[in-house]
Amino acid sequence: MTVTRRGLLLGTAGALAARSVGAGTVEHFEGYPGRYGLLHDTTLCVGCRSCEVACKEVNGLPPFEGEAIGDRSAFDTTRRTTDTTLTIVNQYRDAADGAPPVYRKLQCMHCNEPCCAAVCPVHAFSKTPEGPVLYDAEVCMGCRYCITACPYYALAYEYDNPLTPRVMRCTMCYPRIKEGLDPACAEVCPVGAISFGEREQLLQVARERIRKFPDRYIDHIFGEHEFGGTSWLILAGIPFEQMELLPGVTHESLPSIGTSYLGVVPLVITIYPGLLAGFYAFSKRKERLANEEQEAAVAAALERAGEDSRQKLAAAADKARTDQERAVQQAVQRALVEQQKKETGS
Amino acid sequence: MSETAAGISAPARSRLLTPFNLVSAVILIGGAVILAIRFTKGLAATTNLSHTNPWGLWIGFDVMSGVALAAGGFVTSSAVYLFGMKEYRPIVRPALLTGFLGYFLVVLGLLADLGRPWRLPYPFIRQAGPTSPLFEVALCVALYLTVLFIETTPAAFEWLGWKRWRKLVGSMTIGLTILGVILPTMHQSTLGALYMVTPTKLHPLWYSAHIPVHFFVSAVAGGLAMVIVEGMVSHRAFHHQVQISSEQFESINFGLAKAASVTLAMYFAVKTVALALENEWHLLGSAWGLWYLLEIVGFVLLPCLLFAVGYRERRLTLVRVAAVITAVGIMLNRFNVTFIAFNWRIPAELRYVPSWMEIWVTVAFITFAVVTFRWAANRMPIMYEHPDWKGAH
Repeated sequence: MTVTRRGLLLGTAGALAARSVGAGTVEHFEGYPGRYGLLHDTTLCVGCRSCEVACKEVNGLPPFEGEAIGDRSAFDTTRRTTDTTLTIVNQYRDAADGAPPVYRKLQCMHCNEPCCAAVCPVHAFSKTPEGPVLYDAEVCMGCRYCITACPYYALAYEYDNPLTPRVMRCTMCYPRIKEGLDPACAEVCPVGAISFGEREQLLQVARERIRKFPDRYIDHIFGEHEFGGTSWLILAGIPFEQMELLPGVTHESLPSIGTSYLGVVPLVITIYPGLLAGFYAFSKRKERLANEEQEAAVAAALERAGEDSRQKLAAAADKARTDQERAVQQAVQRALVEQQKKETGS
Repeated sequence: MSETAAGISAPARSRLLTPFNLVSAVILIGGAVILAIRFTKGLAATTNLSHTNPWGLWIGFDVMSGVALAAGGFVTSSAVYLFGMKEYRPIVRPALLTGFLGYFLVVLGLLADLGRPWRLPYPFIRQAGPTSPLFEVALCVALYLTVLFIETTPAAFEWLGWKRWRKLVGSMTIGLTILGVILPTMHQSTLGALYMVTPTKLHPLWYSAHIPVHFFVSAVAGGLAMVIVEGMVSHRAFHHQVQISSEQFESINFGLAKAASVTLAMYFAVKTVALALENEWHLLGSAWGLWYLLEIVGFVLLPCLLFAVGYRERRLTLVRVAAVITAVGIMLNRFNVTFIAFNWRIPAELRYVPSWMEIWVTVAFITFAVVTFRWAANRMPIMYEHPDWKGAH
């Protein structure tokens, strides 16, 4: 699967905001100069598991039961790193019949832009200028988001430790590096399949090997660019997919893909209060206008009713007056007629 | 306290040995025992979590589904207080209480799941990791739980007769409701954003650059569905407290059904847009594709249509069936993202299936929430309006 940048809708807003945070420009950080890395040449690895044993020793972890070096029964299953085994070697077979098996060493890849560090809510991980990614158990609350986020399945957790569980992973032998020593796995490897040095120089070495032996290698250095690049670099003679690696994923780092959405948050915080207060004001206004309209209608109706009754009253009064006048006139008329009769009669 | 409430709660309190209480007690005690094992022997002794699958049921259900299904609180309170849809007033309190208990359940689940739960406040007091989506979720959930708590206190203050406090929280209603929209908008979507860093681990049918939007829209649908489901249960259980007529109650349900139908249609649209943008139609033919189609057709499109038909033909049963399907569908989606379609490349033998103890603890947390709801509704004016505070904020 390839991951491409999709800058639509929220993505764009988020990306813009995330990009501008801390930078404010279009500068690009290439990473700490002279930082270390390791190169695993899987075409040289014989699967002796010496590195696994050495790793346990220097990290003070419980040793394997029995003799691990040369014990090939471990290859019967596809193994993962655990909280007591920070590196393991797995055997992979090429699809082509009769080809010799291939071995790949798994451990923390020490990403250039580590996802575990970006997603940790207590910022327990940090990328050192020397290259190793370090973890601080003193602040870790054990949410295990780092383990969920790691694309290389390189982190493990002390699930059987009830009170002080830690995330367990390769430290690139940081204490040894500080003393000027090579990481234990690189030092112990009997066939020179693991090289330690400055990452830039290791990339040169890897390119040189591919150039010299184009038939032996796939023309790709895993870890040079994948998700922003890793400190561990891998060379292979069989397709990386057959060794549970996904080459050709985006060169963009996982933190920049995955945490850009947080750029939307400040917008929500700043825009929503006014927007929602506006909705509230609209509904209140609508209510007020409806009330006013209703009151006006009632007043008008009352007014009309009052007018009607006044008119009726006036009409009634008029009628009464005319009736009375008529009655008076009639009475006067009658009296006059009576008078006339009397006068003529007498 | 009103006479009705006093009349109901007295016999309820006197009869402790009811079947409901007994079953609840067994579940809760069992859960406590398992949690005791978890904090003495570790997560390994109680869960099926592994280095490959660090998040299981306690995150997938208690946190992911719990937050989504508790969205009914902010949906109904904003409808009534901000948008002026006053006819939904009778369901605001039960929805807010359900929301508060839902979020409380989230915190309980988190405390069980965290390696060192006593360090839960570390992001705020020890060392902040502001680049983490989880940091944002933690901050929002902590704030929103506080908001929900304050939003449920009016019922408690009315019950206790603390008039000055009741007035104070009443005057905060609009502010709280606005906060109660901002915070869920952010953390509902950011819960989806947690998975934006896992493009190679989460199956492409579920992974999307728009997954925060998927989570937010589906949470609104899930929240509405849960309000209907909660009403279906509580209306029967507390029918003697309910003051509104059954016609009014039904018309509220039909209104919710209409809203849920539109929201699900919107959700279906954004999910389809995601498929189209990433041109993943060909994946629908695979086994994962069929599983995806089951979720989208069976648990999104089907309830969307059922809600619409139920609304048009005024069939409450249909609406309720749709609500249950929607709620289950939201859970299925969160399970898919958390542990079913997650790690889809990993061989079958390394896949995560929850242990019976994880399931038991989850059921115990839900039971705890139900018992608390019952306790509160039997005492406080949740299902009805307090006579002294009719129509008040």
